Amino acid sequence: MRFFLRRGIFYLITFWAAMTINFFIPRIMPGDPVSAMLARNQGKISPDAIEALKALFGLDENMSLWQQYTTYWSLLLHGNLGMSFTNREPVVDILARSLPWTIGLVGIATIISFTVGTLAGTAIGWRRGTRADILLPISTFFSSVPYFWLALIIISIFSVNLGWFPSNGSYDRSMVPNWSWEFVGSVIYYGTLPALTIIITSISGWILGMRNMMVTVSSDDYVTVAQAKGLSERKVMFGYASRNAILPQLSSFALSLGFIVGGTLVMETVFSYQGIGYHLLTATSNKDYPLMQGCFLVITVAVLLANICADFAYGVLDPRTRQEG
Amino acid sequence: MAESLTLEELPQTALDDTAPSGKKRRFLWARNTKAVTGLFILGFFVLIAIIGQWIAPYDPDARNKDAILQPPSWEHWMGTTHLGQDIASQVILGTRPVLLIAFVAGILATFIGVVIGITAGYVGGLGDESLSALSNVFLVIPQLPLIIIIAGQLPSAGGLTVAVVIAITGWAWGARVLRAQTLSLRKRDFVEAARANGEKTWRIVLAEILPNLTAMIAAGFVGTVAFAVLSQITLSFIGITPSDEWNWGTILYWAQAQLALQRHAWWWFTFPGLCIALVGISLTLINFGIDEFVNPRLRSTGLNARMLRKRKIRPRIGFTPVVYEAKEDRS
Repeated sequence: MRFFLRRGIFYLITFWAAMTINFFIPRIMPGDPVSAMLARNQGKISPDAIEALKALFGLDENMSLWQQYTTYWSLLLHGNLGMSFTNREPVVDILARSLPWTIGLVGIATIISFTVGTLAGTAIGWRRGTRADILLPISTFFSSVPYFWLALIIISIFSVNLGWFPSNGSYDRSMVPNWSWEFVGSVIYYGTLPALTIIITSISGWILGMRNMMVTVSSDDYVTVAQAKGLSERKVMFGYASRNAILPQLSSFALSLGFIVGGTLVMETVFSYQGIGYHLLTATSNKDYPLMQGCFLVITVAVLLANICADFAYGVLDPRTRQEG
Repeated sequence: MAESLTLEELPQTALDDTAPSGKKRRFLWARNTKAVTGLFILGFFVLIAIIGQWIAPYDPDARNKDAILQPPSWEHWMGTTHLGQDIASQVILGTRPVLLIAFVAGILATFIGVVIGITAGYVGGLGDESLSALSNVFLVIPQLPLIIIIAGQLPSAGGLTVAVVIAITGWAWGARVLRAQTLSLRKRDFVEAARANGEKTWRIVLAEILPNLTAMIAAGFVGTVAFAVLSQITLSFIGITPSDEWNWGTILYWAQAQLALQRHAWWWFTFPGLCIALVGISLTLINFGIDEFVNPRLRSTGLNARMLRKRKIRPRIGFTPVVYEAKEDRS
């Protein structure tokens, strides 16, 4: 229990730190781009929204820094992230609309990639020095290229040349979003290429990490003992070696998630996939600061939550973490 | 777990492999084909970065109405853009900013990581707790979105600014690894002995601890450079850095903005991407080399499958080819 408590406190601190960084970034930037944008949007956004934006970005000169900070937090906790300049609607609404797409895409693709990659890494690490080692240079290549570039290549092969999959969008625009099979099918059809991009680039990391851990673990004494006892090869491999080798894999899952999410954000623009990343990048090029800040905030919270899940899985798999308390 | 194993392995490696004469040591390096290949590829790009402005066949900005969107040919061996600009020249001249910014970011981030990591590991106590918490926080916050919102709010995000932003967000991994290693080194006999001799703290850190961290610092540096290459190219691709400064990301930005995909101009984005991949691969290979140098158990990868079969070695559980190699060397 102490393990979970300690991690919980850590995530609270991280959440606070991320929000505080988010608070200070617009305030330490040279120049005053936000008030210029505000002036341009005067009359197009309601006075209430202007007040909230001034509080969020620290433009109200009558407030001390501390007052600004507390106002910022109270606005955040009430779910008020300000008004988007370009879309003229609350940032929260835009985020609520686009978040499920990104989470669905990254979530499903990452789970597939993690499972397949870890299994493949187990096999390759177990039989090291066989033909399977050929996978290493291939995976090195794919982990070295940016997500968005691979997305371009994949579109040019599967969409432009072969015409198998659509090159942009997240569902058939002639359909109305609902829970029918037809619509879900369309979402899967449109999501295949983006998911494939994530899987191809990230799977190599899982294979490699698992392989290296298997190599290290398989020369440990308890594996030799298990083998000497005459247990079946499969039992030694899954019950002894890979069970221990997967633990670092889980901690690196937590760490690499931020990287995967970052790559996916940029990839979304290439596919015009209407997730958070698409909005973050259009907001960046339109200098839509409230939307940018909101996107960063939501992405950070999502990554933190995913980390908590990974920690929970770690606690379940590794009895040592539970023993402490 | 892996870390502690590596640690115990370290002194032994030194005994087995590096103690023999200089000739043998050189042999060990040359045998690590991965590191050598990586250094070779990276060296090639560094060379291009240095002499690029003299070997580029055309002016990268020069427009040519007669050669619009040409596929690769003898005159334009990477094809041309929608304005007839020569892509090969853009790639060649784009090498220098890419490598320069990546190396500057790598050096800055490594420096921050070394200072914070070693301080945390050596000082211990409350200082350690807060510095570790700081680096863990930076590890968990997604870096690329952070880089994007910082760079996106800067009035201009050219060259060195980008390097600084990448360094500020990318130091945490190195700090964490170095802290763990320093923590274990601090308890070693030779450090205790130095402390008992009354050595000053800065001397213990610089002369006793730092040399033992060299491999890890190098690995962290190489990893950060790879991260910086990707981040910086991503920033250029999404149009945050000025689009008239040529680097590989800028070329991709124009390719995307001018619908290279829909125009079937595959050469426009393929070649810059391959360069990114080659630089990334070279850095990964160098890091593999460092890893194998530090952790001998991974060194079996130095023997590829065919060699193993030829020598009739069949890897089994608990089999570490290093032991075999070492024995062979002694006999």
